[in-house]
Amino acid sequence: MSGLSVRDLRVVFDGFVAVDGVDLDVPRGDVRFIIGPNGAGKTTMVDAITGLARATGRVTWGDHDLLGRKVHRIARLGVGRTFQTATVFEELTVLQNLDIAAGWSRGPLTLLRKRKAVPAEVENAMETVRLSAVRDRLAGTLAHGQKQWLEIGMLLVQNAELFLLDEPVAGMSHDERDATGELLGRLSENHTVVVIEHDMDFLRRFARTVTVMHAGRKLAEGSVAEVQANPKVQEVYLGHAVQEA
Amino acid sequence: MRLLRKPVTGFAIGAVLLFGVAPLALGDFRLDLLAKYLCFAIVAVGIGLAWGRGGMLTLGQGFFFGLGGYAMAMHLKLADAGPGQMPDFMLLYGQLDELPWWWRPFANPLFALSATVLLPMFTALLLGLLIFRRKVRGAYFAILSQALCAAFAILLIGQQGTTGGTNGLTNIQGFFGYDLNDPVNRRTVYFIVAAALLAVLALTWQLMRSRYGELLVAVRDGEERVRFLGYDPANVKLVAYVAAAGMAGLAGALFVPAVGIVSPAMIGVVPSIEFVIGVAVGGRASLLGPALGAIAVAWAKTALSERVPSAWTYFEGLLFILPIVFLPGGLASLAGTIRRRSRPSAVVETPAPAKVEVTT
Repeated sequence: MSGLSVRDLRVVFDGFVAVDGVDLDVPRGDVRFIIGPNGAGKTTMVDAITGLARATGRVTWGDHDLLGRKVHRIARLGVGRTFQTATVFEELTVLQNLDIAAGWSRGPLTLLRKRKAVPAEVENAMETVRLSAVRDRLAGTLAHGQKQWLEIGMLLVQNAELFLLDEPVAGMSHDERDATGELLGRLSENHTVVVIEHDMDFLRRFARTVTVMHAGRKLAEGSVAEVQANPKVQEVYLGHAVQEA
Repeated sequence: MRLLRKPVTGFAIGAVLLFGVAPLALGDFRLDLLAKYLCFAIVAVGIGLAWGRGGMLTLGQGFFFGLGGYAMAMHLKLADAGPGQMPDFMLLYGQLDELPWWWRPFANPLFALSATVLLPMFTALLLGLLIFRRKVRGAYFAILSQALCAAFAILLIGQQGTTGGTNGLTNIQGFFGYDLNDPVNRRTVYFIVAAALLAVLALTWQLMRSRYGELLVAVRDGEERVRFLGYDPANVKLVAYVAAAGMAGLAGALFVPAVGIVSPAMIGVVPSIEFVIGVAVGGRASLLGPALGAIAVAWAKTALSERVPSAWTYFEGLLFILPIVFLPGGLASLAGTIRRRSRPSAVVETPAPAKVEVTT
């Protein structure tokens, strides 16, 4: 069972090369952090993997080629993602959001009936992301951190195996970060997790492996310690962050 | 069970009003008018589903209304003329020696009746596949749907010999063997329209409360997001669009015996916009709002035109602008606001649109 494999990925917008020939391998069960300065192409790479941005090269997840597939087909292969600004369905409740996320494979007869009971996987996911108490609140009224957790919960019920999380702790309080980190730890037991993150403190505590990107290319890769010791990385990015922290 | 009881009570009240109070309180003339308004209400329920819940501003429901209306009128004209005969207007214009081939199947009542609903639905399915797969939405969808009904009206006017042209199909006398000049039979037509409205409301209620209804709202508010959950939003929208088209077709079919005529002027751009105005005024995301709004606007049109004929157009413009600017949830949202104030913790049952998709 191979994990996520990216070969020579290139994304070009109107002549601007956002991702320039990136190779990336994330084995199953890894918790990979992708860091890099703004404009390094991190989010664009995730967009390409999930079918949102047009790209050339080769991306495989398990036995499946992802490039060229439609967004919803890629999602059905077990590739799930969150967004920098949490995008949940604000006019629906927490429960409804999770129930929809659990449902792409439902048949028309189930769809045309009212939900009678809460599906077990939805109940479990609500428990995992600590939203059981607010299940009937509209998602739009949740706190910022809770929205991020709801998105992660949606990935859980969606049966995603690969989680691509785009800055999951941006704008979170210290306690919320800790809770999210703990959640990542639990997720990694049976999922592959890729996190785009700026927060160095968070990275040091929860990353297993790190990929550093710069100007659309991969700059370095390895354990947290290896990457931190890399002079190239210190020059473009980590050096400043280390001094700050 | 408490949830079940409430809507059932609502339907019971609606049935008593439509089948008990209205026929007793209104004279023949007013009851005929009400039958016409109820036809508009059926169209409005469909628009509420497609626009209010699905975010598709269907500015051209007159097209589907017209398909249903013409299908019904063609059958009734053929039945009026008698077996093997041509409708009166074809003889009058004298261009044709025999019935055009596409008129023939409508002599069969079963074919004609199913065509009134299935033809609009099938057409909507084909159009929807083209439109939604290509991710056409928002203002572009609205303009496209409006262009469609304009083109249909122009086509009908151009083919005077076979469609009755600008006059439309007029002077319809009978309805499946019953004389429409007889007030008793007209009353029966009213009851059929009222029953159809209740049935359409029940169907839409089920669609809205089902998992599909929740998914439709999700597609309305985050079409791109839904893709990342493994759904193709085109299919979700298609269901609501086709259902709305079927309802418009049914309404058009019932409009013909209720009013006795169908013509391009009743299915073109202006009536299509009037359908939408009623929905906007009543509250597009609610179940009853569109129906009540459509009845209110149609009644206001009659009442105002009877007194000051020239004022209606301006009033209509105001009706379209005011709710969209000041009350996006329509009159139905007023009730919700009051309810929420008295029960602060209540869960909102009818999700109002998060944003106005298109305002022109």
